[in-house]
Amino acid sequence: MSRAPRTPLGLVRAQPEPPYTFTFDGRTLTALPGQTLAAALWAAGITSWRTTRGGGAPRGAFCGIGVCHDCLATVDGRPNQRACLVAVRPGDTVTTQVGTGHGPDGKGTPS
Amino acid sequence: MTPPADLAVVGAGPAGLAAAVTAAGLGLTVTLLDAGERPGGQFHRHPAPGLGAARPAALHHGWRQFTDRLARLQAHRDAGRVTHLPGHHVWTVGRADGHWRLHAVAGPDETPATVHARAVLLATGAYERQLPFPGWTLPGVVGAGGAQAMLKSGLVLPGRQVVVAGSGPLLLAVAGSLAAAGARVPAVAEAAAYTAYARAVPTLLRNPAKLAEGARHGAALLHRTTRLLTRHAVTAAHGTTRVEAVTVTRLDPDWRPVPGTARRVPCDALAVGHGLVPRLDLATGLGCATRRTPDDTHALVVDAGQATSVPGIWAAGEPCGVGGADLAVTEGEIAAETAAHALNGTPRDPRRAAALARRRDRLRAFADVMATAHRPGPGWAGWLDDTTEVCRCEEVTARRIRTAVTDYGAHDTRTVKLLTRAGMGWCQGRMCGPAVARLAGGPPAADRRPLSCPVPLRHLAGLPADHDPTAPPPPTEEPEA
Repeated sequence: MSRAPRTPLGLVRAQPEPPYTFTFDGRTLTALPGQTLAAALWAAGITSWRTTRGGGAPRGAFCGIGVCHDCLATVDGRPNQRACLVAVRPGDTVTTQVGTGHGPDGKGTPS
Repeated sequence: MTPPADLAVVGAGPAGLAAAVTAAGLGLTVTLLDAGERPGGQFHRHPAPGLGAARPAALHHGWRQFTDRLARLQAHRDAGRVTHLPGHHVWTVGRADGHWRLHAVAGPDETPATVHARAVLLATGAYERQLPFPGWTLPGVVGAGGAQAMLKSGLVLPGRQVVVAGSGPLLLAVAGSLAAAGARVPAVAEAAAYTAYARAVPTLLRNPAKLAEGARHGAALLHRTTRLLTRHAVTAAHGTTRVEAVTVTRLDPDWRPVPGTARRVPCDALAVGHGLVPRLDLATGLGCATRRTPDDTHALVVDAGQATSVPGIWAAGEPCGVGGADLAVTEGEIAAETAAHALNGTPRDPRRAAALARRRDRLRAFADVMATAHRPGPGWAGWLDDTTEVCRCEEVTARRIRTAVTDYGAHDTRTVKLLTRAGMGWCQGRMCGPAVARLAGGPPAADRRPLSCPVPLRHLAGLPADHDPTAPPPPTEEPEA
């Protein structure tokens, strides 16, 4: 028996279709087909992709089912995308959502 | 306009899916609307086909029964008896010329969609109850159900070393799944003791399958040297840009932290939750009556046939009181049968009806035992410090809420909200509602929101002038994407 480390993919004996790339704050990351943005970021060890409007505190996925809106990200310049719901598409440009994500008037500039 | 469907089912989790295939099997035309991309709800959330999972059952209970139901759904779709609308989030339901009109938004572009039906079955599920503690807004602190959902659908973990905490039967299931998927789970902190179960031995003995399920979760953990700490809570999470450790503290029977018992447990993620809250927005918007449940949430009042207090509206699953997937399926089947009888006079097989009723009552009794055992004790507020953010969306601290209560006389969530904005943000109080109610000294309120999800204002403007159940919804602070 192999002693390979247990992984979620190993547990369900996944044989995913070929991965594709997207960028997060300029970094090139890979996603597996069908993963949400939050899942792809978690897979890369990233747990925050938003800063709050008031305190500028980092946030990421919390409820995981689209209820809490903590995981909002800016995707291809469009803010307020719930990362736990939206699928990553090849070539997506994802940026940390600063504040409202609507620029200086909204106390933040999409980077 | 196409003729109205006989039955619109909202939600394709265990209850809604069972209801849809049962109703279609009895000859009803069914429109099944679901916010998810794939049927299954949160319980049977599963990976997208592109992830190529050969053995998705490894993360699920009752997978076989689920895939059987999926096959029946497909057959009914092919035969034109069921219209399945995935990715459709119903945001309001109104009356129209003797039938019901359901308004939904579909897909990332929030395209409006309207469905007409003679009757509606609400199977809208639940979301997780959260109680705040210092550090709970740190990245890496995630809902226990959220971690489970992300694992089941995306095949990912929030970290390598994950503490599981809170209260309720979900915790052991989550800990078991995380460990099976390769996470180290150093501790499960369960705030309740299990003594309340012992007071209900007859109910437990009538539910051997439920006991076996618990034992399986326990066994899965023991193999992996997880410490199960009952009557303990995570009372703080530590870190700067993400969680690096948590404080685990012993609780007294009222959930007050016992001084001198705090210990620090290193971790890179925390999965936390305190049971589930029935999702009732659509139902309360229609005026359906609610009741308090033994664990301090609100659920719909339904009759023996799963009909709500509003004629023409049925409900099944968690909205009728959190009870798990087996109960949800049973209620879904009962609701479909009584709806078919009411709409088309389809006779019910009395023996099957009696068997379903017995099964429902037995599972409901078990659910009530669990709800009583895991009801949050009043002392949990003792682990908040003044700077703890209670409302995550609007960043409202415990100090501001306490000031609203002590200095301005706020005694309910609504007044606290008006004074502090707690509960006024994106999640519309779904994350902070139970906590704010406790700090205000009042009972938690039933879900009551004019819209069940964020909706572009243009769709509100497009509602028919005769939209009923309520007065035209006031403009809200929902974000427009």
